[in-house]
Amino acid sequence: MKFPTDENLIVGLDRADDAGVYKVTDNLAMIQTVDFFTPIVDDPYWFGQIAAANAMSDIYAMGGVPKTAMNLVAFPVKQMDISVLRQIIQGGLDKMTEADVVLVGGHSVEDDELKYGLSVTGFVHPDRVLTKKGFRPGDRLILTKPLGTGIINTAIKAGLASKQITKTVTEVMATLNRDAARVMADYPVHACTDITGFGLLGHMAEMVVDSGLGIRISAESVPILPEVLNYAGMGLIPAGGHKNREFRESVVDFQPSIPRAVQDVLFDPQTSGGLLICVDGESSDALLASLKEVAQDAAIIGEVTMEPKNRITLSP
Amino acid sequence: MSTVVDARGLSCPQPVLMTLDEIKKVNKGEIEVLVDTDTSKENVTRAAESQGWQVKEIQGKGEGYRIIINKD
Repeated sequence: MKFPTDENLIVGLDRADDAGVYKVTDNLAMIQTVDFFTPIVDDPYWFGQIAAANAMSDIYAMGGVPKTAMNLVAFPVKQMDISVLRQIIQGGLDKMTEADVVLVGGHSVEDDELKYGLSVTGFVHPDRVLTKKGFRPGDRLILTKPLGTGIINTAIKAGLASKQITKTVTEVMATLNRDAARVMADYPVHACTDITGFGLLGHMAEMVVDSGLGIRISAESVPILPEVLNYAGMGLIPAGGHKNREFRESVVDFQPSIPRAVQDVLFDPQTSGGLLICVDGESSDALLASLKEVAQDAAIIGEVTMEPKNRITLSP
Repeated sequence: MSTVVDARGLSCPQPVLMTLDEIKKVNKGEIEVLVDTDTSKENVTRAAESQGWQVKEIQGKGEGYRIIINKD
């Protein structure tokens, strides 16, 4: 497909990235993104918060700050009490308030299935846009949130997840990537994305393919939510996780000693996942120390290498 | 003599839960699990192995799979 473009378009549809970026002036670019989905937790207020945090995350991943948002609502008005919708929207609004984002409008349609999300607009300096490209050999990779939300949500559906982990995963998904993004702005960060539906390895594959560089990951350094490996071992894996593996495993070299459950977690689709930051190797320890103050699970998980080109290598 | 778990038409985690229930019930022997998606095939395989059962055979059957698991 051929998309219209113009000279001020900084990031468009010609490559897979988190959001579109358009230069308004030499000092200002606008970032636009949209995301909405069906409920992933039972509590409507928390669902609203998670959907809003997830939608705004793309702006942070591009190095920007979200400023305005519009609600997107699909609601089965004949089958469901309108108070449910009110709680969802309140959750979203509270998350926007926390992020200093102004709700400026929205649109709702009647639908058999409930869906909620946001269209978000943010700003960034045109020279400070972060994309999935631009990482360099010697860069270190930092992940700011633990993995496993897809597997835990499947365990919740199965009625097998503990109360504690249900609460933990809900809070993790509702946490804004704002603070981590603010911290990384002070460091020599070369590339960034957020981890969502394609899972850690899927999003990493988007970065590494055609980059001319390689990524090496140490599996045991990847932060993983409690109980996740247990549920993965039991086969509580969402369809998206298997699809992610099928789609991208040809780009990944797994050392055979890495357990299947760990591999499954690395492909697990995330809702409102953390930022994956590529930072200059010499600054990585300092950035991690600062990140730990706002994202306690943040960890250095790997590095950018010269070889093997366009591939991800996973060691234990 | 094997028992049959028919999880066709169901989406995960249902086939996993049905397999785990049956494993609990029979304790050992052979179980035949019928599923109709790749996701269910992968997940049922993991569920069985997590309980110390072996996947003896996976047959593609029409639109789905017939998974034979056993434990002596």
